[in-house]
Amino acid sequence: MNEWAPLWVDALTAVLVLVGALAALIGSFGVLRLKSFFQRIHAPTLGATLGTWGFTLATAVQASFERGQPYLHALLITVFIALTAPVTTVMLMRAAVFRARIRGEEIPVPGVGDSPGS
Amino acid sequence: MSSLLSWALAFALGLLALGMLLALARMVIGPRAEDRVLAFDCLYLNTMLVILALGLIYRSSSYFEAALLIALFGFVGSAAMSKFLLRGEIIE
Repeated sequence: MNEWAPLWVDALTAVLVLVGALAALIGSFGVLRLKSFFQRIHAPTLGATLGTWGFTLATAVQASFERGQPYLHALLITVFIALTAPVTTVMLMRAAVFRARIRGEEIPVPGVGDSPGS
Repeated sequence: MSSLLSWALAFALGLLALGMLLALARMVIGPRAEDRVLAFDCLYLNTMLVILALGLIYRSSSYFEAALLIALFGFVGSAAMSKFLLRGEIIE
């Protein structure tokens, strides 16, 4: 394959992949652990931003060094996720607020001194 | 591929699989429909990252198209489900 690729390329790829996977894992853990829906909806953005950036940058670095020229097609995924993730989040949040109002529940309004996860 | 990178990719695959399990647990326990849609959102993101990691392991660019398609259909799916939760129908 690319035996000529220097070690620092592989090390950089490994660091990017590990950071991305850790961010995605922390995001998924937040989805499971946080108490209310309005807190949980914040968690997957970790995987959508840092996770996707890490993996697509790692793919771009590896592909560029394999072909010997810049090869950035993987970053298309980052652009696409950055465009679509806020849209689904806003739509889901509006649906959740609507359904909570229908049920007559009180919708939390963020205050100044609130700590996350309390 | 150096052993450092293959080890890191195997470890990252394990972390992503664990994350998928956590999102799946939230999808099972609910408690409401919007929680399940949120868990689906998290699940398809993790799946897309798994496919990107497989593309790095097998050094094939076909996996890139698969990841892009998963991102596309995941967005369509969760947007449609959110719309359904909001309005009770998808296409008005």
